[in-house]
Amino acid sequence: MSLSALPHLRRLEAEAIFIMREVVASFDNPVMLYSIGKDSSVMLHLAMKAFYPARPPFALLHVDTTWKFREMIAFRDQTVRRLGLDLRVHTNPEGRAAGINPFDHGSSNYTQVMKTEALKQALDAGGYDAAFGGARRDEEKSRAKERIFSFRSANHGWDPKNQRPELWSLYNTRIKPGESIRVFPLSNWTELDIWQYILAENIPIVPLYFSAERPVVQRNGQWIMADDARMRLLPGEVPQPRRVRFRTLGCYPLTAAVESDAETLEDIVREMFLATTSERQGRLIDHDESGSMEKKKREGYF
Amino acid sequence: MTELFNPSRPVLAEQPAAALFGELEDKGILRFLTCGSVDDGKSTLIGRLLYDTKRLFEDQLATLEKDSRRFGTVGDDIDLALLVDGLEAEREQGITIDVAYRFFATEKRKFIVADTPGHEQYTRNMATGASTADLAVLLIDARKGILTQTRRHATIAALLGIRHVVLAINKIDLVGYDEETYARIVAQFDADADHYGFATRVAIPLSARFGDNVTAPSPSMAWYRGPTLLQHLETLELAPAAERPFRFPVQWVNRPDLTFRGYAGTIASGAVRPGDDVVVARTGQPARVERIVTHDGDLAVAGADLAVTLTLDREIDVSRGDVLVPADARPEVSDQVAAHLIWMAEAPMLPGRPYLMKIGTRVVGAAVTELKHLVEVETFKPLAAKTLGLNDIGFANLSLAEPIAFDPYEANRATGAFILIDRFTNQTVAAGMIRFGLRRATNIHRQALDIDKQARAGAKGQRPGILWFTGLSGAGKSTIANLVEKRLHLMGRHTYLLDGDNVRHGLNRDLGFTDADRVENIRRVAETAKLFVDAGLIVLVSFISPFRSERQMARDLVEAGEFIEIFVDTPLAVAEERDVKGLYKKAREGQIKNFTGIDSPYEAPVTPDIHLDTTAHDSEALADQIVDYLTGNGYLPG
Ligand SMILES: Nc1nc2c(ncn2[C@@H]2O[C@H](COP(=O)(O)OP(=O)(O)OP(=O)(O)O)[C@@H](O)[C@H]2O)c(=O)[nH]1
Ligand SMILES: [Mg+2]
Repeated sequence: MSLSALPHLRRLEAEAIFIMREVVASFDNPVMLYSIGKDSSVMLHLAMKAFYPARPPFALLHVDTTWKFREMIAFRDQTVRRLGLDLRVHTNPEGRAAGINPFDHGSSNYTQVMKTEALKQALDAGGYDAAFGGARRDEEKSRAKERIFSFRSANHGWDPKNQRPELWSLYNTRIKPGESIRVFPLSNWTELDIWQYILAENIPIVPLYFSAERPVVQRNGQWIMADDARMRLLPGEVPQPRRVRFRTLGCYPLTAAVESDAETLEDIVREMFLATTSERQGRLIDHDESGSMEKKKREGYF
Repeated sequence: MTELFNPSRPVLAEQPAAALFGELEDKGILRFLTCGSVDDGKSTLIGRLLYDTKRLFEDQLATLEKDSRRFGTVGDDIDLALLVDGLEAEREQGITIDVAYRFFATEKRKFIVADTPGHEQYTRNMATGASTADLAVLLIDARKGILTQTRRHATIAALLGIRHVVLAINKIDLVGYDEETYARIVAQFDADADHYGFATRVAIPLSARFGDNVTAPSPSMAWYRGPTLLQHLETLELAPAAERPFRFPVQWVNRPDLTFRGYAGTIASGAVRPGDDVVVARTGQPARVERIVTHDGDLAVAGADLAVTLTLDREIDVSRGDVLVPADARPEVSDQVAAHLIWMAEAPMLPGRPYLMKIGTRVVGAAVTELKHLVEVETFKPLAAKTLGLNDIGFANLSLAEPIAFDPYEANRATGAFILIDRFTNQTVAAGMIRFGLRRATNIHRQALDIDKQARAGAKGQRPGILWFTGLSGAGKSTIANLVEKRLHLMGRHTYLLDGDNVRHGLNRDLGFTDADRVENIRRVAETAKLFVDAGLIVLVSFISPFRSERQMARDLVEAGEFIEIFVDTPLAVAEERDVKGLYKKAREGQIKNFTGIDSPYEAPVTPDIHLDTTAHDSEALADQIVDYLTGNGYLPG
């Protein structure tokens, strides 16, 4: 189905492109956070459109925790090659040296060191004054509160009680040296919009989103995939093959699969209409307590 | 505990391909906000809508129950407001601080809803949510009726151009589902309806907490026959956007290599086709649209809201901030505008302070030259004010560092809305809606009228302008003006003299001497003088014109250099001593009210173009001084 027959997706697309162009026209050194998931795939696709026939005039940044699914890394490298883009990968060197991992150090410690700290290091090192992220307001209730152009202090903090007014599509892009703006072009998209757009535009995504037989163990009622030999199995746990897929992708020990037979994009969209849980359900780090996302964001997490 | 609906989600059978996109029955998206005073139930209402339309997932419900036990404001019940009050501080304080955007859909329509805070301190966040909305759900606590904050939100919604309002008379359960209470509040709102000017107003008695008339009719209010809130939201017809001329604010110049130069932007209104004649609004430079480039291929036509890249048939000077428009339907271009401002910063607005204005994709320096009045939300009376504080709404003249292209906000939101940014803190300090332009910039000739001001003045061999004489009654304005006109006449110049007393016998015979009438008096004279300038004349205006702001207004009406302020400086004591017409005596005796210098102020010019000291020189010498000035400054060529 062509986009011209889908006014809602067309409007969302145009809004995202407008936002991206505002950033490129107003900032010296923007970067796009590329997390390899479905939202990043859509964001990248929109960037290819926004600046056509030019290439997107910024680099992609991937914060690699070293615990991503192997298929994600393969997809990342292939995508960058296919589109001829400039990818920068950063891993927190201290975290790597200390062997910080989700098993021994707890998910919140691990996230702090390998994601939040790593991201801040990479942003500081690159001197980026604006960073695109693929977050959506429908993901989580503190995200629903965030501006499209979201101001960050010199130490990357978010002050949710004191956000700049953001009227119409007149974005305030003014910052002082050291400060930055996180920009969310997909703010007004829902998970369903994302899938419908991927379907309409036939956007490549990591195969993990499609159902296949994969080796999983059940923990606390969640399916966790043993993606490589580093998976720490508990006594009695034996990975079994199951037809599963992922609604959201991240570090494999912290990302739960859902049982599904959806093998095509059409299947996935159909499944979306029937879903009874949110995609966050599959993100183990988001469960901790209400407000944990806001807290992480105040500390500089995306 | 009241029975909450079981939010199991509808099971859909096999979807036909088009249904995968859910656009089959799409009535178009509706963007709305909830607003109203603090605690009136806005967040609860959104929570209720999400809950009853089954937009919540099981895990979200589980979290809601957990949160309700911890932060809930309603005892053991589920606190639906916690679905949208997503910030820690909001949950702890039980209030909304910033706007939350939520998305939901029914079979009829998609919705984007902004839940905004009622607390006065966070009015700017309400304005943020309102700026993109089509409809406002204005909540009113049935026990409290309409409060100042309710009026403030209604006023802001109206100023921002929202056409549709729902009066949600909430917490009706707490007044025993009483029809009379409902009717009284509706009548109270309707008494002010003309001030707001909403196109539709639907009043619904409801209980956000218990769900009455939200998605299902209430069994407790048989007297209410109207639609439920959801029915109304689903069926409201939004008038299709009026046919508006093409506006294309250039966002970014796309130059990947030497062979391609495109102008990237989003079409703000109208449509464009290859071959269309366009001009750069600011400079009037013409070009023809060659291609409409997109990643999906070139387009034969592109309409509003589409993000495209245009190429032109020739090299002209176009950069970010320029607006491409049809040659035959251009926006206004001016460096002086009158606009409504919603002030959003703790630091007050200071007239004259340089701010940055962002309008479309353009950023220019801007200062408020004059605050016309403050909009008072209780009585709607325009109040005189010198400054705007946090959450104040004002109407002001702004002067810009360079001319901008714009349309009045009513005609086009995209080209008539702006924000002001503080140059030093970088805060967004105000939202603005341009109502009209004040004066065309000197270097712009939008319309090549065959006979224009220059042509008319040229035929007379002179440069037109206004000699504006201001000073106390009896200062000598008319005498000197008369002498100057005689001299100019002898020099073969074409002149006209507007004298205060004479004009008050004709054009302004209906005006008295209150401040408001004085302002109107000057406005009419200034407009008349402007016409004479357009006719190519040198106009002499001899009026007390006691207020600086009105003299500034007169100056703003014409081009730079066309307004010459002449201060006929006679101290009050001297004028009173002379008292040629015996008026001071009468004023002192109380026979004349509002007499300038006695019981009405005279604001002397701070930097007049010509300063005449009547105590040091006689009228002839002062007239010479003026003619010398005109000659010296090139007003009397040849
Ligand atoms: N009895 C009754 N209580 C209600 C109703 N609607 C809301 N409330 C209660 O009123 C209180 C305030 O509700 P909120 O939804 O937080 O009000 P709000 O308008 O969002 O408040 P702010 O956003 O802070 O301005 C809560 O305790 C609600 O449970 C109603 O229809 N009936
Ligand atoms: Mg609220």
